[in-house]
Formats: sequence, C-alpha cells, structure tokens
Amino acid sequence: MNVETPGNALIGQSMERVEDLRFLRGRGQYIADVNREGQLYAVILRSQIAHGQLLEIDAAAALKMPGVHSVITAADIGENMPTIPLRLQPLPELEPFCQPMLAGARVRFVGEAIAVVLAESQAIAEDALDHIDVKIDPLPVISGRQSADEAATLLFEEHGSNTAITWTAVKGDTDAAFSAADYVRRETFKVQRHAAMFMEPRGFVAEWDAEHEHLRVWGAAKVAFANRRILAGAIGLAVEQIDLIEVDVGGGFGSRGEFYPEDFLIPFAARFVGRPVKWIEDRREHLMTANHAREIECDVEIAATKDGRILALRGQCWADNGAYIRTNGSVAPRNAAQYMSGPYAIENIHLVSSSLTTNKTPTGTFRGPGRYEGDYVRERLIDLIAKDLGLDSVEVRRKNLVPEAAMPYPLPTITPYEVSSELDSGDYHALLELCLKEFGWNERVKLQGQLIDGRYHGISIGCFVEGGAAGPSEDARIALEIDGMFTVYLGSAAIGQGLETIMGQIAGDALEVPFDAIRVLHGSTDHVTAGFGSFHSRSTAMGGSAILLAAEALREKIRNIAAAEFNCAPADVILDTDRARGPGDHSLLFAGLADEPIEAEATFFNKKSTYAYGSLAAHVAVDPGTGQVTVLQVSSTKDVGRMINPATLEGQAVGSIVQGLGSTLLEHMVYDENGQLLTGSLADYLLPTAGDFPNIHSTIIELKPAPHIPLGAKGAGQGEIVPVGGVIANAVANALADFGVEPYDLPLSPPNIWRLIEAARGAG
Amino acid sequence: MKFPDFDYVSPASLDEVLAILAERGDAAQLLAGGQSLMPILAFRLSAPEILVDLKNVPALDGIEIADDGVRLGARVRWRDIERDASLNSAHPLLVEGTRNISHYQVRNRGTVGGSLALADPAAELPGIAVTCDAEIAIAGGAGERRVMAADFFLGAMATSLAPGEVITGLRLPAWPVGRRWSFMEFSRRRGDFALAGVALFYDLDTEGRATGTHMGVIGASDHPHRLTSAEAIINNSRLDDAAISAAALAASEAVDPNEDIHTPADYRRGLVKTLTGRALHEAASR
Amino acid sequence: MLIKFEVNGAAVEADIEPRQSLADCLRETLHLTGTHLGCEHGVCGACTVIVGGEAVRSCLMLAVQADGESVVTVEGLSNDEALSPLQAAFRKNHALQCGFCTPGIITTAHALLTEEPDADADRVREVLSGNICRCTGYIPIVEAILAARAAYGGKQ
Repeated sequence: MNVETPGNALIGQSMERVEDLRFLRGRGQYIADVNREGQLYAVILRSQIAHGQLLEIDAAAALKMPGVHSVITAADIGENMPTIPLRLQPLPELEPFCQPMLAGARVRFVGEAIAVVLAESQAIAEDALDHIDVKIDPLPVISGRQSADEAATLLFEEHGSNTAITWTAVKGDTDAAFSAADYVRRETFKVQRHAAMFMEPRGFVAEWDAEHEHLRVWGAAKVAFANRRILAGAIGLAVEQIDLIEVDVGGGFGSRGEFYPEDFLIPFAARFVGRPVKWIEDRREHLMTANHAREIECDVEIAATKDGRILALRGQCWADNGAYIRTNGSVAPRNAAQYMSGPYAIENIHLVSSSLTTNKTPTGTFRGPGRYEGDYVRERLIDLIAKDLGLDSVEVRRKNLVPEAAMPYPLPTITPYEVSSELDSGDYHALLELCLKEFGWNERVKLQGQLIDGRYHGISIGCFVEGGAAGPSEDARIALEIDGMFTVYLGSAAIGQGLETIMGQIAGDALEVPFDAIRVLHGSTDHVTAGFGSFHSRSTAMGGSAILLAAEALREKIRNIAAAEFNCAPADVILDTDRARGPGDHSLLFAGLADEPIEAEATFFNKKSTYAYGSLAAHVAVDPGTGQVTVLQVSSTKDVGRMINPATLEGQAVGSIVQGLGSTLLEHMVYDENGQLLTGSLADYLLPTAGDFPNIHSTIIELKPAPHIPLGAKGAGQGEIVPVGGVIANAVANALADFGVEPYDLPLSPPNIWRLIEAARGAG
Repeated sequence: MKFPDFDYVSPASLDEVLAILAERGDAAQLLAGGQSLMPILAFRLSAPEILVDLKNVPALDGIEIADDGVRLGARVRWRDIERDASLNSAHPLLVEGTRNISHYQVRNRGTVGGSLALADPAAELPGIAVTCDAEIAIAGGAGERRVMAADFFLGAMATSLAPGEVITGLRLPAWPVGRRWSFMEFSRRRGDFALAGVALFYDLDTEGRATGTHMGVIGASDHPHRLTSAEAIINNSRLDDAAISAAALAASEAVDPNEDIHTPADYRRGLVKTLTGRALHEAASR
Repeated sequence: MLIKFEVNGAAVEADIEPRQSLADCLRETLHLTGTHLGCEHGVCGACTVIVGGEAVRSCLMLAVQADGESVVTVEGLSNDEALSPLQAAFRKNHALQCGFCTPGIITTAHALLTEEPDADADRVREVLSGNICRCTGYIPIVEAILAARAAYGGKQ
C-alpha cells in the first residue's frame, strides 16, 4: 500500500501532553493504585545467599501467624518448573541458563525468589518472612570474570563452563589490516555494573475468574503481547484466556516490562488460592531483582594509518551477565560487538563478546544496551590515536565518519543469529559541525588542560548513532465511534515517553481531524490483535507507521459508507474535519455515520533499523584534591529525520544525557566476594539529582528522513546516552593531561580519579 | 518496606517519657524527627516494641542566645536553625555546618537531639559539637547531667547515653566577634552524607597569630574528634602556606579512616588533607 | 487508634495502626493515591506532602503523628476546571514524562514558592535535590518552577 506522508498540522508541533492532565493532578493510575475486592498481598521470600543448595523451606511458624494465608514454594508449582524463555535472540544454546520461576534445588544469586507469602496485608506478609526458616548449603561464589573462568565451580554443571554464549562480529579482514597498519594501540576498558533504576517499583495485580477460566493481570508494560505468550505457556492456559492490562507506568528504560519471575508467580498465586493477589516490590528488593546492566570488560586493539585513518578494530569482551540469561540478557554483549564502530567507517572488524554467568543479579537491557559500552571503548581509542599520532582529535573524527555517499553502510555481521544491519541515511559530518558550534568549541578549547581556580578543565566531543524501529511489525486499530471521536488502539506501550500525545498527533494528521477528536489507548493485550511493544526506540516509527496504514484504511471505509449514502463514487467524497462531503450540498457528520463504530486495523512491517545520529560534546572541571569531576556543559546534536513533537523529543534527549552522566560518574552496583550486593538502598545507589548537571543543551533537527519509514521519523528515544561515557572520560583525560592520566575504568568516581592522579604524581 | 509492629505514645511531659523508658528498657525507642529512625525501621534493622514520641514534651524546641553561648533544645530542627536570623552572627560555624545537612523535606523534621543520639560518624552536628567544646544536656532517672561532646561520642552509632536517658539540649560556648572559622565537607551530591569534613576556628592574638585553635574532623573516623597535632602547628602561626600544608598533612595522618562502598581509606585520608588545607585558607582569608 | 486531622481542607478520621505510615494512610485508608511510594526509606521524595505548611516525606511519618495536623496532598493543589499556575507551568515546560515523581515535586515546589516566591535557580535546585526524577534530567522542572514564581507573588 502506498502511504502518503501526512501533513504537518499536528506533527512537528510541541503540543502539550494529554497525559499531563492526570499526572499533574495526582490522578494517574499506577499499579500500586489498583485494587481488587478480596485481594491478598504477596511478598516474595528471597535468597540471602549468593550460591547454594536449597535444602529446606520451613514455613510452619509463618503459617500460624494471624493474617497469613499461604506460602507457595516450588513444590506447589510442580515437577516441571517453568523457566523464563529468551524473548530476543532465542538460541537453543542459551536454554540451560534460563531462570526458573522459583528456585528449585539451587539458588544462584542474592535476591533469587524462593517462595511467595500471601497475607491479608503487606505488613503482615513482611512480618511472616522473618518466621520462615530456609536452609541453604553454601557453594563457592563466582564473583567475577576470574572466578567464572576457573572451571572449578560451575553455575550450570550440565553446560561445562560459566560462559553462556559467545558472539562474534566480523567484517573484512582484520589480520591483514593489522599487519599492514602504521599504528596499533591496545587497551582494556571496564564499565561498571549499574541499572535502569526507574522510579516506580514493579508490581502486579492478578485475578482468576474460575467460572470463565479467564485470567486478568494488571501491571503490564513494554512488551505485553510477548509476555502474554510466555505466561500462557508457563501457566498452562491459552493466550485468549489471559488479558494483560497496561495502566500508567513510571519509567522503564529497557528494564521494566521484561518477563521476570513475578510475572508468572503472581498470576499463578491468584489461580492457586482463588483470590486476587497484589504484589508491589519495594526499593531494596528492586535493587537486587530488576535487571542489572552494562558490566563488561573489553580488551580491544585499534589499527590506523599514521594520518589517523582507522583501519581495523579487534578484540574480546566479557560481559558479566549474572546468574541467568533472562529475556534479553544476550542483547547488550552482542550490541557491544556489533555496534562498536558506531558512525565511523571501519572496514575491518573482529570482535568477540562472551556472556559470563556469575552469582549476581541477572542482567538485561538498559537504554542503549551495549552501545554505551561499545561507544565508550571506541571513543577512548580514537582520542588515544590522536594523542599518539599528534593529531587533532576532532580532525581524526572527521576523517573517519561514514560519509553520506557511502550509505547504506554495512555494519559487521554477528554470529550466531546471522543478522546484519546498515547505517541508513545521514550527514554525520554536518551534525558534528553543528555540535562544535552549539557547544562553542573554539572558545572552550582554549581552556583545554588549564588549571583555573584549583580545577583542571577538559573538553571533548564524540559521535554516535542510535538504532531504532526494530521490527518485525506493529499493529494499530482505529475506530470511528458513534459520537464522532476517533479511538486509536496501539500495541505500543507507554512508559513515560508521551505516547498518547505523539500518537494522537500522528493520527490527527493522518485522519486530517483535530487533535481533540482523538483518544489513544495502548499497551494492553485486549486493544489489538498483536503487538510488539516499546523498546529499541521503535514506537514512533513502528506504531506511528501502523497508525498511518490504519488511518488510510479507515478513511477508505468512511468514504465508501458516505458514497453509498450520497449515491456517488467513493473518489468523489471529501473528508473534512468532522464530516464527509459529497457532490452538491451532501454532507454527513462522522458522528452517527453508522449505528456502531467503524473500525480498521493495520500492521506495519519493517526489517531495517533506522539510525538517528549526532554528536555530543562536554566540558568538565576536575578537582585534583577530591577527584570530583564537575560537568560544566554538555551539548548534543541529533538528526531524527522527522520530529513529531519537538518538546517531548528534547525531553528524551536531556533525560538520556543525565542518565549517561549518572552512569559515568555516580551509579554503581557493588558486590563483595561473597556475592552480597552491598548497594542496598538509594542512599548507596547514587542517582543524579537536580543540582548535579544543570547545564545540558540538546539540538535536534530534521535533515535526512528515514528511508524505509513512511513517517520519515527515525527511532529517537535513547541515543544521547550512548556517547556520554566516552566523551566524559576523554574530557577528564584532557583535563588531566599534565598528569598523563588516562582513565580506562568506569565509573569516574572521585576516589577513582583521585587515585589516578596520586599514582601519576607518585610516578612522575 | 512496611514498618514492623510497635506501640506508640506521645507523652505530655519529660517525666512521663522517663517513666516509660525506665519501665520498658530496651524495648522502648525515642522518636523525634524520625528522619534517621524511620528508615532503620523500614529496613527492619531494629524492632522496638514501643515508640515514645517527644513531640508533646514542652520546652525542648527553643533556640536561646545568651552570654554563655547558644542553647538548642533537643527538638530544634535544621529548618529552625536555618531561619533564625540572629544565629548567623551568634554562631556562624553552626549555621554554615548545618546548612549541609540533608534535604529540604528532611530538614523540616530532623532534629538536634536526634542527630546527637544517632552519632553517625559522618553527621555534621556531632562534629561541630566536638570542635566547639559543646555540652550535651541529658535528663534521666537520676536527674540531669551534662557531658562534654568530646566524651559523648564513643564510636559509630555509639554514645555514652545510658539506658533510660533523654538528650534535652546542646549548649555551644559563646562565639566572640572577630573569630576566624571555616566548615568544609565533601560529598558526592548536595545533601549527601559527607565522605569527610573539617570544622575549625581560631582567634587572633594581639600580634596577629593564631591562638586557641580548634579543629575537628567528621566522617573520617568512627567518631568525630579534634585534630590536636594539626592544631599545634597552627597555634602561634600566621597561617602561612607552609604552616597550612604541614597542618593539613598532620590532619590526614591523625585520622583512622573507615571504609565503605564509596570511599576507600586512602582516599578518605586524602580528603582530610585537602579539606583541612582549604578550610584553613578560607578561615585565614575571611 | 482513631486519628483526626485535616486533609486538603476537609476534616477526616481514620482508624489506623501505630505502624502505618502517613503515606499509606493517605493512599490506602483515604484513597488519595496521588502521593506515590518510590523507595519507602526517605530518599526519593515521591511521597512528599505538606504538613502544617512544611514539605515532609510522608513515608517517614507515622499516620498517628498527623493527628491534629493539617495535611495537603497533590490532590489538594488542583481542581477539575483548570490546572493551577504551577501545574500549567509544568505542562508548558514539559517538566514531566512518566509522572511518577511529579506529585512529590509539585508539592515540594508549592511549599517552596509559598514561603519563598523569589527563590532563584540555585535555591530551586538545592530544594529539588531531595526529589529524584529519572526521566527528565530536571532542567525543565527547574524552568517550570521559576516560571511559576509570578503566580506566588514572586519575580516575573
């Protein structure tokens, strides 16, 4: 179907969000606000030991407490304990590493679910935890790469090693390129374990209708359709017997909405006891159960000509994946290898990336998964090239960015899974120049390495791409209601990105009706036949394109109905704001056009990722006495092809940058050698606050449309986080040039920077 | 993270409070602002049977400025100190030091007495109290007593408060005009607990040399204490660069740093050196 | 225990246990779910309400401590007809995304501007440092609060 790009009455406007009307009044409905008559409250009993044989669970004392209803253990679920399957990149070799819904004979990380306690109140359920006796026989703990490599202790004995899978990203001939290169540099970089840390804790409310054998679960997010399939398989129901309902969602960032054990345990409990069950996690629990992310070590070599043209990248990465491979646990290690070249034309690549299992919380995707890590390594190496060869670091970037003429430009092929991708369209150089200008590079560079008022100043710039619009498809259904309003039903999920408003803008322009005539419903499985959800910056491109198709189909239906009334050809019917007009004075209001809603549903298919792209520059000041890195300014530029709502887009950019700064400077999930998670509260896990990064400026433009998306919009919800680690680390290195300090490990926390400076002082 | 079960009373007099504490012993826990206690209960690190709220006990929330110094009742909040205009000149070190404490919402509830009783090694007020030779007023079954702050803080979260006793106030000695002072701390984010901090003051003798130097460190050992070796270097000096550097080094060597997930010991020591030097420079240039 | 206090200008009574937090009393007993729980240990600020004119963390207060007090929640800062000037400034400046931290920030901002209508950007950031937002990066929130000062009698 040839779809026309809609006009710009609404698209491109910074419309105020419809969501805000309820959020600002405290009238959002989040999962903790949902209650069902007669509900029991669930609290999960979790392992306090990182690795061991689970011998016994004695709940007798707990069951005697007033208000305690039951304690569900693995025995109640049965012999065939379901496991969490992989949603993305499901390879058979990863099956042994899938997490059981409740720990069986073994526990493998602190926080692993052992039992579910049900009680008349949350407080009583928590009281009961202290009265359950758990006997675990400790086993040696795999606390990191070194102990993972030793075959002595295995997390999964059948598998024979603690390496779950190894990805290889290949392009060209690295052996030849390295032999011929004038210059080679090899370093090992580390990114620390941290997490998405969304502010609303996870939760579910589940209700089983025994009479109709139907399950309703509130609290869905991100990928409700996939989760419904997983739940159906695990719980032994048909997909049609389950509704997963999305209410308001307090942030996701790639972590919320993936299938966790509780996605099964809470519905199972509701059916098991025959009463609705409500579970809301607390923050301490969240820290040890929601996916961790990013922990990786990369030993990478770069080869270049003596005038700074990059020839090749090769190396090995080890990602600490935690105790199990969950639904998307393999994505980040894979992306780190496949996308390490980013926006640069690197013809020869050989990167191997392994997922290690350890006795820590399992990992998953967090905004820009694998890309933040890969970009950190690459941008650092580019600056090292420049320093070693005596070249200007901006010039080296200009020399190596993929030129427009070379697009579509192939990225390395990744095995297993045999997927390849191409950089689609863009003028990468133009966005670099724009960033230099917006940032005031020429003025700021005069401060490079200078000591001013006790602090050393450093600036740097980096370039990035942002993959988006993951396929395979997305559904939309639009109904013209009897009252003349249009309801848009979407498979995309809302996680705070302003979906209702953005999709309303797209629908309004596609239908050529005012914004107020549109209502958007999203996320829940009863809205559309199939959906894929919100991840990989796909909702605008995929969901928005599905809306275009559905709108076109609906308009055709309306024209047909009106034509029948007017006794004319459908081509002679004009749709005008709130009515259909025919030849002569014929007109019919949309309201009451038929006795029941008129609907059209459509699917948009897409196999090619879009690549938004841009540059990010930073100015830091480092205090050598404390190691504190103060971020004085960050400026970013990005081309998204087409903007639907500039205000929400800028909001995503600034939010993404601040998350990147948190990742680089503050956030850290710390374990001891016994696998105990020491980061036990938000006083330990340091999130950015209002005073930390006050000077962020984002510039987003429409330059090169997405070639394969009717809207022309590229996925754009997360990109700016990607370059932050590399740029800040390079800026710190530039600031501390007098000391010769080169950071290789994140985070750039005050003690880490201080130690680098002291070491340099000692050596010099 | 719901609280464990407990009873709650809010007696209308100090005598009633003391009677309940005497009767219930370890099972009773005093409650003032609750900004430290309630998180402890939320994490179920403690399981008192009864909370005894001081909110209705009279005469505990006054700020008095007199000839012999500044008196703060145990229920005086950080907010009250911030908003008391006369405290700025009556005790600038107290005002500046407490400015660093926590966040807006916490400052509306957190109290002087609560901070002293908790004795967190990184807390500002215990550090200020020790530096300034402050006196802590305590009520108990045997009557009232006063303890010098230096003798009150024994270790991390440990004080010489006896069972059944209640802190009723703090008295800081009078602050002369012309005194030189500084308060400097380092934290990862504004309002966080300090990784280390230094409070100091000195007066000038007729020849412009430092005299009566008091320097206290917070967050770098398991309790706040004076940095006597550094004080000895500063006394009788004119706070030239050499004296300041020597004092900063002495301070860093005088602490026994505790470690936590954010702060290795060598770094903490380095912070003490940095902060001492900067605080002395700041005091000298006032 | 039976407690009596005022919420958003209306007298209320609640039968609560001593261990129930003010946050849970508001949410579960009085069905005012606008106040959110993000951490329950006094760090994130999502639970901020105004007690006796002062912003406090309702997860760190017991319901029983609210006896006799006057409490204002986010619901008390709005009406059905129109957004308040502070809320309108938030909407205009795109100062919220997922909305979960928003009630705590709105009440904090309202308490601040009521007492300090001339608060400058530094003061606003200082006060806001007790509220965590994971979505916006804070910059539009600061802009919204500064823009709302005029409605509280502060500078334009």
